Amino acid sequence: MTEAIRVLKPGLLTTVQDLGRTGYQQYGMPVSGAMDPWSLQVGNLLVGNSRSEAGLEITWAGPVLQFLTEQVIALTGGDLGASLDGSPVPLWKSLRVSPGQELRFKGALQGTRAYLTVAGGVRVPPVLGSKSTYLKGRIGGFQGRALQADDVLDTGDSDPLAYRVAGRQLSRDQQPVYKEHLQVRVVPGPEYEVFTPAGIATFFNSDYRITPQSDRMGYRLKGPNIPHRRSADILSDATAPGSIQVPAEGQPIVLMADRQTTGGYTKIATVISVDLPILAQAAPGHTLSFEAVDVNQAQKLAVEQEHFLRRLEAVSL
Amino acid sequence: MLSFQPLGDTGVRIGMGDEIRPDINRRIRSYCNALEKNEIHGVSEWVPAYCSVTVYYRPHLIGYDELCRRLEALAERVEETSEADSRVWVLPVAYGGECGPDLEDVASRNGLSASEVIRIHSRSLYRVYMMGFVPGFPYLGGMSDSIAAPRLSNPRPRIPAGSVGIAGSQTGVYPLETPGGWRLIGRTPVRLYDPDRERPMLLQAGDSIRFQPVDSEEYREIRERLNRGEYTIRHQSNGEIQS
Repeated sequence: MTEAIRVLKPGLLTTVQDLGRTGYQQYGMPVSGAMDPWSLQVGNLLVGNSRSEAGLEITWAGPVLQFLTEQVIALTGGDLGASLDGSPVPLWKSLRVSPGQELRFKGALQGTRAYLTVAGGVRVPPVLGSKSTYLKGRIGGFQGRALQADDVLDTGDSDPLAYRVAGRQLSRDQQPVYKEHLQVRVVPGPEYEVFTPAGIATFFNSDYRITPQSDRMGYRLKGPNIPHRRSADILSDATAPGSIQVPAEGQPIVLMADRQTTGGYTKIATVISVDLPILAQAAPGHTLSFEAVDVNQAQKLAVEQEHFLRRLEAVSL
Repeated sequence: MLSFQPLGDTGVRIGMGDEIRPDINRRIRSYCNALEKNEIHGVSEWVPAYCSVTVYYRPHLIGYDELCRRLEALAERVEETSEADSRVWVLPVAYGGECGPDLEDVASRNGLSASEVIRIHSRSLYRVYMMGFVPGFPYLGGMSDSIAAPRLSNPRPRIPAGSVGIAGSQTGVYPLETPGGWRLIGRTPVRLYDPDRERPMLLQAGDSIRFQPVDSEEYREIRERLNRGEYTIRHQSNGEIQS
């Protein structure tokens, strides 16, 4: 265990996240975890960690971080204009940093969330099996909260030969491109039949804008109303990552990483798992349109994504 | 009969009815016990609700169609859950005053006195049908309609943890400070959610709750003993009171 990173300025919202807190949803505990788990996993592999290790999720306006020891790090996900002692830091590539060097962020250029991974992982005590921060429940991550100035993060023990992984990178054609309009694929339902046919047509044929009332819990969208046949309320029922709720007013809400485990609003569809990381990089003002796919197609894509990560893992070993 | 519906590509909703009923709740609990006992490769967890169990899975480990077949087969192996296994938690509640600012209002809406509302609210045994909304929040069934009251038209921005409220014919306890529109009739010093406790969430679906009226002095005393770690929350099991 090493004191490795000092927070000089915290940025807008910087939290420790892994792949989430699984197994406690039945007690009402949200899963949390990285909004863009794909980028976190790739970042971990670039520095020689296991895919599920914890890193920092950096949102929009990044922090100022000072490295206290020599480390191997990688930045993945959104391009928030990172520089190390004034020199631009390449994304999707691991690099060595020296004691005293400072990592800063100019502001979001493309995407909204960057992941900082370090060889050995960000070391915080797991709570209910996860290192993820759940802010509202004040649990997990660094003391159950977002990072603040003067916090000092430890990293876990890394392979003494970890420096060898420095320079590992994701090829350009494998890197995602974050656009201002996204075509998001969804599996319809389960409360599909409570909407009018016109409402369903509206949902699939319109653009919806992400509003500023969007956070780790969910994205509130604005666009043409989606009318219900009858009531917009159901007996409270479980939700899934990417579930799209439509309350009575007719404006959809996409549930994200810190989503509540249950809800009483009708769900018109659920974003498929491979599209959630891309959606997590979209910002207020960006627009979405929705395309229906069936669950088997969605799973085929999820399996392909898993195979991609496993190939990357195999190369990393 | 079970109905299966996909919830994206990582969840399947198993429908088991369409209303809040004790027998449906029993069937759901029994099914969850069967999930616990018969591990299905690729299943990560599940959430029981009023009329459904939603099973979450890893799509690269098991396909939707195969999972539905296994979940359907599992229904054949469900054993009836015994009621004796259910835990009954006794939650001390200070009714009215600062702790329950809407008690008088709930009383007058129902043509009752405050003490009648307390008596009615504290004599029922409430079943935890499901958990959700925020960590540790129990969706309770079993409140008498005679003390029902609509939600506030203007929700309060901050409701203290432990507040006991009424919304329609539902009653509930806020596990952590949140905004909320339930009418508040009292408060318990017991934390249904405590991030510093080894097991942060006190309750689980299938438990029951009984509210025990205490005066404000007892409330303070229990709260202090809880803070010092000297108060053990009582629960009954198999008819025995344990502490």
